[in-house]
Amino acid sequence: MSETKGLSRQQMADRVALEFQDGWIVNLGVGIPTLCSNTDIGERDIIYHSENGVIGYGPIAPVGEEDLNLVNAGGQNVTLRPGAAVVHHADSFGVIRGGHIDATVMGAYQVSCGGDFANWKLKGQKGGGIGGAMDLAACARRVFIILEHVTRDGSPRLVQRCDLPVTARGVVTLVATNYGLFQPTGDGFLMREIVAGFTVDEVRAATGAPLSIVDDLRAVRMAGA
Amino acid sequence: MTPKSKLFASFGEAVRDVPDGATIAFGGFAMPGVPFNLIRALLEQGAKGLTLVANTTGGAQQPRMPDIGMLVENGQAKKVICAFTAATRPTDVLPFTKYYESGDVEAELVPQGTLAERLRAAGAGIPAFYTPTGVGTELAEGRETRVINGREYLLEYALPLDYAFIRARRADTFGNLLFHRSQRNFNPVMATAARVSIAEVDEEIVPAGSIDPDMVHTPGIYINRLVKVPHPPEGLWPVRRQERRR
Repeated sequence: MSETKGLSRQQMADRVALEFQDGWIVNLGVGIPTLCSNTDIGERDIIYHSENGVIGYGPIAPVGEEDLNLVNAGGQNVTLRPGAAVVHHADSFGVIRGGHIDATVMGAYQVSCGGDFANWKLKGQKGGGIGGAMDLAACARRVFIILEHVTRDGSPRLVQRCDLPVTARGVVTLVATNYGLFQPTGDGFLMREIVAGFTVDEVRAATGAPLSIVDDLRAVRMAGA
Repeated sequence: MTPKSKLFASFGEAVRDVPDGATIAFGGFAMPGVPFNLIRALLEQGAKGLTLVANTTGGAQQPRMPDIGMLVENGQAKKVICAFTAATRPTDVLPFTKYYESGDVEAELVPQGTLAERLRAAGAGIPAFYTPTGVGTELAEGRETRVINGREYLLEYALPLDYAFIRARRADTFGNLLFHRSQRNFNPVMATAARVSIAEVDEEIVPAGSIDPDMVHTPGIYINRLVKVPHPPEGLWPVRRQERRR
């Protein structure tokens, strides 16, 4: 992960966190998405929900101040914000399936231009890691995906059709990569923002589906910038 | 039966009657709420042909604490039912994987919310339910779906248990339980789904009536056995996870 071109993991998380609106209930998945809870969101009041039933957690706990019985979806010791509440697992997924999550942020192996994504099973793998991803994907009001634009061997992760088993179909609303910010449009991806240092042609060559560009293409905005 | 009869002096005694072939669920999500001491006792007790229900098979983090993967390694499992049968990081290989790939153990992979709801349903007298989760995926292939109000749903069945092994912060002698923070997770729903629920408890077990009824998370009617977790090193407690390099 060290040789990543373009945005860092934290910067991708920061860019997505910029989308969160005041008062939203947001669920952050394991990996890069959990970094969103470290982003300075200014005056906005965001309620972070974790699938293990924690509603209203904050940043990672400082070393030495952890409560070993309080973790986020990634098993990291987090803190609680004023107004937090804890429920059991069935109620926590009631929050999810009941449509109370405004946005979920997840990592993925692939996203298709039709809004499908794959994040629980690799090719030829026996078993998989679904966790809460299928519930969140099917039921959150918005599904934001953060992923590296290409695989280690340079293959596109933004594709026409996922060739890995999908987590849900037609649900992805926004994709942040280390190259830019994209929206699946059905027959391709619309690039909304580009990371400084990349050309449109470079991004197009690294994308596995037709790429259209917004009229007023800008550099990726960053929180606090 | 007096409420006092729920108190067991040791984990070994509390799990002694677990028969071969039982279906047992284990609470916990990451470190919090995992009944480490009951798992260790079951490893010693040795019942075989078990069906094990938990969020994960364990073994992805260090230091490793007792998990259902150890029951698999110990030759006690016929099947696991989990939301993760592989690690969340594809580069990690779970201890469980070897036994799964060789066919020594079966696995049923269930989305986490579906797993929680199947347990809740079993405890609440609901035989099956429809959920939008998993529709359009490999998990729905060949299974019953139904369109309700224009949306497609997948049929899922309740998951009744023989035993639930859980962990709580506080208990009274009647078995009323309180959990601390995310220790709660699957524990309350598993307790309702089981014929016999056994709770390991962090704090001294207090007399019935000491816990405000309005504050109870899991009513004692769902709990059959209680064991106080001894202080370390005799008892097993959550430990700080070792940070890993990216």
